[in-house]
Amino acid sequence: MPRAFTPKVITANHLLEGDVIYMTDSGEWSRELSEAVLLTEQADAELRLIEAQQQTAVTVGAYLADAKEGEDGKPVPTHFREEFRRVGPSNYFHGKQAEA
Amino acid sequence: MYQYNDFDSAFLAERNRQFRAQVDRRIDGSLTEDEFRPLRLMNGLYLQLHAYMLRVAIPYGTLSSAQMDTLALLAEKWDKGYGHFTTRQNIQYNWPKLKDVPDMLDALGDVNMHAIQTSGNTIRNVTADHFSGAAADEVADPRPVAELIRQWSTDHPEFQSMPRKFKIAVSGAIENDRAVIKAHDIGIYIVKNDAGELGYQIVVGGGLGRTPMIGKVLKDFVSQEDLLSYLEATVSVWNQIGRRDNKYKARIKITVHEHGIEDILERVEERFQMIRPTFEGFDLELYAEIEKFFAAPAFRNVPTDAFDAAYEADTMFRSWVDANLTAHKQADYSIVTISLKKHGETPGDATAEQMRAMAELARQYGHDELRISHEQNVILPHVHKSDLPAIYAALKEHDLHTANIGLISDIIACPGMDYCALATARSIPVAQQIATRFDELKIEHDIGHLQIKISGCINACGHHHVGHIGILGLDRAGVENYQITLGGDATNSAAVGQRVGPGFAYDEIVPAIERTVKGYLELREDENETFLETYNRVGLAPFKGYIYPEAQANAA
Repeated sequence: MPRAFTPKVITANHLLEGDVIYMTDSGEWSRELSEAVLLTEQADAELRLIEAQQQTAVTVGAYLADAKEGEDGKPVPTHFREEFRRVGPSNYFHGKQAEA
Repeated sequence: MYQYNDFDSAFLAERNRQFRAQVDRRIDGSLTEDEFRPLRLMNGLYLQLHAYMLRVAIPYGTLSSAQMDTLALLAEKWDKGYGHFTTRQNIQYNWPKLKDVPDMLDALGDVNMHAIQTSGNTIRNVTADHFSGAAADEVADPRPVAELIRQWSTDHPEFQSMPRKFKIAVSGAIENDRAVIKAHDIGIYIVKNDAGELGYQIVVGGGLGRTPMIGKVLKDFVSQEDLLSYLEATVSVWNQIGRRDNKYKARIKITVHEHGIEDILERVEERFQMIRPTFEGFDLELYAEIEKFFAAPAFRNVPTDAFDAAYEADTMFRSWVDANLTAHKQADYSIVTISLKKHGETPGDATAEQMRAMAELARQYGHDELRISHEQNVILPHVHKSDLPAIYAALKEHDLHTANIGLISDIIACPGMDYCALATARSIPVAQQIATRFDELKIEHDIGHLQIKISGCINACGHHHVGHIGILGLDRAGVENYQITLGGDATNSAAVGQRVGPGFAYDEIVPAIERTVKGYLELREDENETFLETYNRVGLAPFKGYIYPEAQANAA
């Protein structure tokens, strides 16, 4: 039996800066996971991923990452890899945690 | 040190010009990422978790002070003020912006450095014993031959699209291998034959990663005049029969394993006979030219009273001397290893300010030479003993005076999931916590020589297979999990460590390492028996009781 679809966000690295970006509901790109659109329908997610991958002047390596709705209704990661991408490395206060 | 000639400089400038134009075309949209990716990888530019990463080669780990100053400049001007020295004598910058990379490469080119072939399915940066040219135990300096191999392999038309990457290392001290020769695709020991002539023992098919293999001797003795053609024959045989159908079976270690060393030898010999006449002696002329650049410095002959007095009077200095110095081939000189493993810090990282301080020490006291070890430390290879007190004082000012070389806190760790896109778990924080814990316990010097090596995924950049204690970080059902191996050996008696049993969660791994070490302290015959010697004497079983005390209790 195929596995049930779990909610996703669309994420990529920015072409120029290389940093982590997320697709928002309006199809723009944000540096914040909290501003990402949480996609709950598989067909919708796959279609929007294609749109993301076509934006080659902005994105590199766009993919669907598992996420869930947090307490405030905004997406949060379900896997530690995505948590590191959201925050930055743990050995220095660099990356997104320092920019917030 | 080797200095680029007009050809080298023109080649690099042209290559950098091409890459600048490729970056421009990627930014203006003329190139897609699929088109650009192989081009950027050919020039050492990766895309990692949080940013781009530029990997710069430090051929055979040798740097001048001017080169180290430029590495500092890159860290300061285009990165976040630091660089990470890797387990293959490269330096990685974790935060460059795409548009800045061509400027970084031009700055490197000004001091004869580049990032070519630090990625991709090519012959990678040629590494060597980090004590080359200085060690008392080497038969010859491996750097001239490493430079020869660098020139032969750079942009070699036959070897730009191989089944997989290919790593070569050279050592001049077969009895005291410091370059992990037997874990390389080709490892080379400089040896003397019965007639007293220098030549090369060729080891092939070593490697770590998901299928760790210890290299096998392909040929006991290859002469200087045959070396390049023999290497070319070996790489060529693998390039033809290596498994291109399966990425995980593509390395030469699998080819050697599947075909057997005798079959490989037969194929190499046949190919060698074909290739050999095409070399026509140019490689020998080139080698003779290169060798001139690696003449020993003009050693001084002055009293060592200042050193003797400081060693007597200053216990901190004495502790550092005892831990961080190695015998030099020249009387009254020492090899100084500068630890980039301060307890609690990231293994292998140096700030721009620290890099400049080390460059200045090399200029002032070290015949302008620095080395980077695969163990992620920095070396001043030629220091007169009378200068050691001043060097120690300067290192202290820059927090570079940690006295822990070869001890439990001198940990090799890959970047792991804090940076690497391939990682399955973090390595750096595990290294930081182990070092901090054993510093608190104040038993580091009592434990003695013990190498811990940590990888954040099965690719084994942190060499965990050959650590006396190896730690491998994995993703188990969405949670970080760490496996321990014991008994690995990175020297001439190379061995792959044995897995002890079930893995440990992130917050359980440091206590498990502490129990392992406590076990060693109880199991060793006396304080002269090292961890590895104890392990080789008693085996895995007694350690298990310490590592899994609950299982032991349940079984009782």
